[in-house]
Amino acid sequence: MITKVMKIKLFLQSILLFVTQSCLAGQGQPSNWQKGFQEPASPVMRQISEVHDMVMIIISCIGVLVIGLVLYAVWRFRESKNPKPAKFSHNTTLEIIWTSIPVLILIVLAIPTFKLIYYMDRVPKADMTVKVIGHQWYWSYEYPDHGDFGFDSYMIPDEQLQPGQPRLLAVDNPVVVPVNNNIRIIATSEDVIHSWAVPSFGVKKDTVPGRINETWFRAEKEGMFYGQCSELCGPQHGFMPIAVKVISQESFDQWIKESQERWG
Amino acid sequence: MASHTPKGWRRWLLSTNHKDIGTMYLWFAGAAGVIGGLLSMLIRMKLITPGNAFLGGDNQLYNVIITMHGLVMVFFMVMPALIGGFGNWFVPLMIGAPDMAFPRLNNISFWLLVPATIMLVLAFFAGTGAGTGWTMYPPLSGREYGHQGIAVDFMLLGLHIAGASSILGAINFIVTIFNMRAPGMTFHKMPLFAWSMLVTAFLLLLTVPVLAGGITMLITDRGFGTHFFSPAGGGDPVLWQHLFWFFGHPEVYIMILPAFGIISHIISTFSRKPVFGYLAMVYAMVAIGVIGLMVWAHHMFTVGLDVDTNAYFTAATMVIAVPTGIKVFSWIATMWGGSIKFPTPMLFAVGFIVVFTLGGLTGVILANGGLDVAMHDTYYVVGHFHYVLSMGAVFGIFAGFYYWIGKMSGRQYPEILGKIHFWCTFIGVNILFFPMHFLGLAGMPRRVPDYPDAYAGWNFVVSIGGFLTGFGTLFFLYVVYATFRHGKKCPDNPWGEGANTLEWTVSSPPPYHCFDKLPKVK
Repeated sequence: MITKVMKIKLFLQSILLFVTQSCLAGQGQPSNWQKGFQEPASPVMRQISEVHDMVMIIISCIGVLVIGLVLYAVWRFRESKNPKPAKFSHNTTLEIIWTSIPVLILIVLAIPTFKLIYYMDRVPKADMTVKVIGHQWYWSYEYPDHGDFGFDSYMIPDEQLQPGQPRLLAVDNPVVVPVNNNIRIIATSEDVIHSWAVPSFGVKKDTVPGRINETWFRAEKEGMFYGQCSELCGPQHGFMPIAVKVISQESFDQWIKESQERWG
Repeated sequence: MASHTPKGWRRWLLSTNHKDIGTMYLWFAGAAGVIGGLLSMLIRMKLITPGNAFLGGDNQLYNVIITMHGLVMVFFMVMPALIGGFGNWFVPLMIGAPDMAFPRLNNISFWLLVPATIMLVLAFFAGTGAGTGWTMYPPLSGREYGHQGIAVDFMLLGLHIAGASSILGAINFIVTIFNMRAPGMTFHKMPLFAWSMLVTAFLLLLTVPVLAGGITMLITDRGFGTHFFSPAGGGDPVLWQHLFWFFGHPEVYIMILPAFGIISHIISTFSRKPVFGYLAMVYAMVAIGVIGLMVWAHHMFTVGLDVDTNAYFTAATMVIAVPTGIKVFSWIATMWGGSIKFPTPMLFAVGFIVVFTLGGLTGVILANGGLDVAMHDTYYVVGHFHYVLSMGAVFGIFAGFYYWIGKMSGRQYPEILGKIHFWCTFIGVNILFFPMHFLGLAGMPRRVPDYPDAYAGWNFVVSIGGFLTGFGTLFFLYVVYATFRHGKKCPDNPWGEGANTLEWTVSSPPPYHCFDKLPKVK
């Protein structure tokens, strides 16, 4: 009995691994032939990833069931094997079952879904705020809690890339935040709609002219984290990446001092 | 029978005959499909490797190409084929009506597409073209940032005209189906394809005017100094998104519902079994139509709507899975116990169930306002909607073509060629669209002319699948040629006892005027 349970568990784990596998070659950026999410680096992205795994298992089972039924019906009821067709066209029990079971599955799905939606929305006590402004075609960042300095962030063109800088993702001035701090992002745009997105943080927020949107993240690891503008904003839409540099609190304090002198 | 068939150009330009107008719609859709397909080939050539020089680095041109690909495929290929083409041909035949209720309205519905097409072509070539995406979000589609030229105005006028054509067509279908069913054909005896067209027509009638309102506001914003969508004058860009998606989401059901109807008939015909759960199928379509009108803001989970709004749209969207599930299970139950033959239309119908199910399931993920934050505007979305539309709706079109071409032309397609076309397309589209989910999960944004090198692997695979699909489509053109050139004469009912709707009771091709004496339905 135990072995059977273990077997089932092992089987489910291998399915989980297959459907959710993410190669962890590069943190904060995609890697070639990747099939799943980038490695989560914030509590929100971890929750997105967990809910996604759960929904993925359920829809994979449904998909296998449906396609299995289709293939079985095609094979079992082909003309040569079943020359005389049945004539039934109703089965109330069956119809009630395939209406009510999906309803139950949806209710099961709804609970973690709503938890996730409300969790993402609520900015916990913010340690600091960064203001993001979208432009055609670059980002600018402001630090209202640290003397309100600001700077622009442009993509590095191909011919100026340093070794190790990913093409179309690296920028001249990344936005810098301290690790393990709740960062409140307030976002707007000065021309068209852009969208500020960092996949490993589970953040994507449209920057809409005339509006201020709010979102948040808490980077749990140090390093560079990349994203790309995620709303069509004109010819250079693909060339205004987002780079977030996450560093320790001490280095951040140091960086703030230097930046206030440089941009203040 | 001496019917007064007009001759020459008058027969077509002045046509009031539902079959001739349906035929013109189908040729029109075919031509648009070739153009839209060529545009998609350009997209896949550009994206086959990172950083390549195709299109000479003109990123505005790339945006114009994706915009036109979307508009051409939605408004000038899928809708004319399913609604104008098959709808015109087979709704009157299936309900035993001599023609559409308003034949002259039918004529103008078709011919309005010609100026609409001219406008769209101008939008491609005028100045730097309209590179706004088919969603045309302001301020990008406004005059101030990026689209000063006249191209966007041409695009908006073109859609206005196409929209007027759709509204007139919708009125015609509703009136025809309400008033012209043969004696004895109650609503609950009406064939599922006619039902699907009725629901589709209502969706068109309720949503296209909203799009038209939005377009008008955008035109006055661009040309007459209003600020509906511009915050500088108290307007709001998000208002456009509400208006657009109030139309845009039902639009996807407008494209898929007629395919649902076609698939139901084909599966029943070739399983030699009546449709399983007819009433459930009817009311599932009605439910999809009604709920489909109330879910539009699931396209807007990242624009900054408040959390309760997002929660509502998540819940409402997930509910659509229930009637959709009823349809899929009922199709399988129709096959169950049947005696199934597999000519080309049945292959496309079974293929439809498979790809539509996959597209529907990724829809459950995207419906989730939390998960969608990770997928929104990535290739995951592109994969999802091509599974339901480019494969779902288009498989419905191909299935309908092979099912009815003998009836429409009097010549049957060559079976072996049809099967080659199916397998080429089925394998091609899966290689083309399945890896897009991987790219999307990894974070690749859509609508970009170049991508970070890490996305190179899957993009190469996707492009190869694209070219295979493109080859399949060229092969389809050859199948069409072969059908008209060498096709065998088609009997009145080539499919046997399973095909029991009224169109199989008339000759192939049907006489110019059918049902001079109305059929009685028992």
